Amino acid sequence: MTMAVTKLRVEDKLYHNRYLVDPGRPHIKVRPHEKPSPNLLALTRVCPAKCYELNDAGQVEITPDGCMECGTCRILCEASGEIEWNYPRGGFGVLFKFG
Amino acid sequence: MIEEEFDAIVIGAGMSGNAAAYTMASQGLKVLQLERGEYPGSKNVQGAIMYANMLEKIIPDFRDDAPLERHLVEQRLWVMDDTSHTGIHHRSDHFNEAKPNRYTIIRAQFDKWFSRKVREAGATVLCETTVTELVRDGRDRVIGVRTDRTGGIIGADVVVLAEGVCGLLGTRAGLRSMPKPETVALAVKEMHFLPEEVIEQRFGLNGDEGCVIEAVGTISRGMAGLGFLYTNKESISLGVGCLVSDFAAAMESPYALLDAFKNHPSIRPLIAGSEVKEYAAHLIPEGGYKAIPQLFGDGWVLVGDAAQLNNAVHREGSNLAMTSGRIAAEAIVQLKRRSHPMTKRNLSLYKIMLDNSFVVKDLRKYKDMPALLHTNSCNFFTTYPQLLSKAAQNFLRVDGTPKIDKEKATTAAFVKARSRWGLVSDAVRLACAWR
Repeated sequence: MTMAVTKLRVEDKLYHNRYLVDPGRPHIKVRPHEKPSPNLLALTRVCPAKCYELNDAGQVEITPDGCMECGTCRILCEASGEIEWNYPRGGFGVLFKFG
Repeated sequence: MIEEEFDAIVIGAGMSGNAAAYTMASQGLKVLQLERGEYPGSKNVQGAIMYANMLEKIIPDFRDDAPLERHLVEQRLWVMDDTSHTGIHHRSDHFNEAKPNRYTIIRAQFDKWFSRKVREAGATVLCETTVTELVRDGRDRVIGVRTDRTGGIIGADVVVLAEGVCGLLGTRAGLRSMPKPETVALAVKEMHFLPEEVIEQRFGLNGDEGCVIEAVGTISRGMAGLGFLYTNKESISLGVGCLVSDFAAAMESPYALLDAFKNHPSIRPLIAGSEVKEYAAHLIPEGGYKAIPQLFGDGWVLVGDAAQLNNAVHREGSNLAMTSGRIAAEAIVQLKRRSHPMTKRNLSLYKIMLDNSFVVKDLRKYKDMPALLHTNSCNFFTTYPQLLSKAAQNFLRVDGTPKIDKEKATTAAFVKARSRWGLVSDAVRLACAWR
């Protein structure tokens, strides 16, 4: 219940933002894994756009459409190889109106 | 093959990149600036306070047409617990001067203006262009870049890396290591719109006067962090930020912190009735002096947030960014004038000039502060704020208890929470880190 309410709240926030999504080219990927490391698991809570979620099998999945490109996940999980992080192609991704 | 050759390529159109591109272009260098956003500013996030002095050194008459929100006349520093704030406020009519010292700005608008100045100075600015690779020759010298726009190499004598706190290129090329979770903060903020006169009434402002609030305390839930509220002309920028390492260890959600801050009884009435128009997130370099990486090499220099140039104590970042961009550009212009090659040895001039500026002097002054505030952060961000709030309550509430007993109770609360040794040690460590 709490999860659902939180999820709704983040989506309400992201709704105000402008994005140009690059279809079929996610700029962040999660490497297939059996069990997430503590840092990867933390992303399900720490990602400010709530892009990371736990699936039924207990693995972390990403939907980067609402990503604000802050880089928090890169700082926490790129070095270990758990995620692959790139910039979106030029012009794509979040477009801050105010910033 | 090299498609086109420039004196300098600047990667990124934030504060440091714009300062560097403007300075070099206005001195006659052939400059290309590459920005991955649709327009300059579209990827940039800041509170934001802009310090006039550092921009005057680049564009002296910026006040004529720069999009400025309010000039600051009042600063409030709050220590909060869950139901209260205890504050130090400074407001002065001296800040109402012909050329005010600090302004609030809205970055997407400001960056578009700054970029227009860069183009007017003669630089070529290409947006919607992500640099994918730094190109090096057989001797490891950076000689240009590749982008996602064309396959070819764009060549340059020197590449200015103004790629921001999370810059990919320099870290992937091994020019610096990735920032550690304890040297960056994650900040989230919202833009709350309100009519101009409502903002002026709520904060007691006349005309373009502005007020900022910065707050520490239980709002960061024991993590090293800060809440802020900045008045713009017809909006309020409001946010919270905490260290990424603390967020990960505590498994806290930044949006939950933001919502709790907004609902704090001291903040809620200030934003009541506002319309939110944007939610943004960004990293802030927090590692200070000890986290500054190598700033120059054969064919490249590093400026701004990418170089961790941020004064966390004074919450100054964009002015350090602008200044480092300007100084790097001035060093490059000097070398160019003398026809000196852009070697590591020659580009060390940038570091020498930066070391002599307030940028490195200020960061060196506070070099021990990150270590102090980032370890046992709950004492500084929770225990002391709670104690302070209780002490203030105890001091102000009149209930027939003799004052001497009240004072004893307050002292006892401090000793109980931190012990005598703990209090002395915290004070000494804070004083040492401040010096």
